[in-house]
Amino acid sequence: MRPLWSGTITFGLVSVPVDMYPANRSDRTSLRMLSPDGVPLNRRYYSEQSGRELEDDQMVRGYEFEDGKYVVVTDEELEKLAPDRSRDIDLRRFVDDQAIPPIYFERGYYLTPGSSSEKGYRLLAKAMEDSGRMGIGTFVMHGKEYLVAITAENGILRAQTLRFADEIRSPADVGLPKKKKPQKAIVTKFEKLITARSAKQLSTQELKDDQTDRVLKLVKSKHSRGKDIVQTEEQSSDDGNVVDIMDVLKKSLAKS
Amino acid sequence: MAARAIWKGKLKLGSTTVPVNLYSGVIDKTVHFHILEERTESRVKQHMVNPATNEEVPNDEIQKGYEIEPGTFVILKAEELEKLQPKPSRDIEITRFVPGEHISSLWYDRPYYLGPDGDQEAYFALVDALASKETEGIARWVMRGKEYVGALRAQGDYLMLVALRHADEVILAEDLPAPAGRALDKKEIDMARQLVGLLEGEFDPTDFKDEYRERVMEFIEMKAKGKKPRLQLVKSKAGTSSLDAALSKSIAALKKKKEKAAA
Repeated sequence: MRPLWSGTITFGLVSVPVDMYPANRSDRTSLRMLSPDGVPLNRRYYSEQSGRELEDDQMVRGYEFEDGKYVVVTDEELEKLAPDRSRDIDLRRFVDDQAIPPIYFERGYYLTPGSSSEKGYRLLAKAMEDSGRMGIGTFVMHGKEYLVAITAENGILRAQTLRFADEIRSPADVGLPKKKKPQKAIVTKFEKLITARSAKQLSTQELKDDQTDRVLKLVKSKHSRGKDIVQTEEQSSDDGNVVDIMDVLKKSLAKS
Repeated sequence: MAARAIWKGKLKLGSTTVPVNLYSGVIDKTVHFHILEERTESRVKQHMVNPATNEEVPNDEIQKGYEIEPGTFVILKAEELEKLQPKPSRDIEITRFVPGEHISSLWYDRPYYLGPDGDQEAYFALVDALASKETEGIARWVMRGKEYVGALRAQGDYLMLVALRHADEVILAEDLPAPAGRALDKKEIDMARQLVGLLEGEFDPTDFKDEYRERVMEFIEMKAKGKKPRLQLVKSKAGTSSLDAALSKSIAALKKKKEKAAA
């Protein structure tokens, strides 16, 4: 598996090349579409006008600026539109790692040391972890600009994409009513309910995915009974449920 | 204009309930493109095709399969999947409260605002209780056929429910090996810390704008008017060769800037 993005973290005049990998596994129960006789299906594209099948190089990306009217935008143009220094994540500011409200957080990625950057990588990770700070910056990946918070944990750097301010709604945008001061007795009643259910730590048991577990249980049970199994020669187009990102990460963290 | 609630539910703490409306906390600003046929610049159709026969398979004949080994699928029938669906419910069950700092930001998925649906007194009392206890509730609910886990927290004067990723979706740093190497130089660690300190500030999201999205939209508008804007490619950087020198230069430059600002 190749990194999702490769670039440079800069802070001050120091640059550290890094590779970026997802911190999330893909959906454990992503199902493939199969034909009635069990052949994995491919998605294909056809001209709306002639009905003929289209190859990748016969298709472009278009933005609908008026009903039915499109502006074509090429990969090369999107690439060139990337702001100056977009291949860098320039950490212009470091903030307290508890200072960013959860509403901003979008996705997590691990950063692994790029070519010959192992020392700078460890130095940045150490300085951030010791001081409990996150670095804030922006970068461009696959035709989209991201605001990111870079943090260090266990000597490993990670990037968490944040939503931009204009992607966040305020309570006023939503139209929530103005706060009325509640009676002290009712607040106390809730405080007691909270205390009775308080734990010191979050156990990952609480985050179990029962729905997915049920699907996987059914899969295993049918597999062991040899029920509804199909074999195919067709090459699967994606890595499906087979590659574990954990193995990829372990390898690329160890390679330095 | 007030937003519309996307769901209605009841927060449940034991036998106590608080009726709420659920609203999205975010707005999608992504620039969305369509796939076009290059020659005609018109929309394309998509079909699922059996590559062995090159024939289109209509939706009602498509089966779903889980790839248990490369090339081996276990077929899951629609009625089997249906049976595994969670039962519809309006309950948002709060089972546990934990200090907020124990919920790693890696778990955060989509944020929702909760608004009072009727009983405002109970709603705002719960906000105050969560704030005074500095705690967050772990919630479970079923919405549109999907089971969710979330963190219920006080955000200013209001309740927010942040959907959390499930345990096995997230890879935790503690399960990964830290990059190893020779011991770091103490002087360099001190300088790196000093540099982080000099760049310290408040988190102000309005300082950052999605400039790229703005540039793409401007470019599209110009093209729509029949103009062809000129573009330039930017280059990427190499790593710093001398860490020591780069660190001390950065610190000196930042100190100078701060002195100037203070003068």
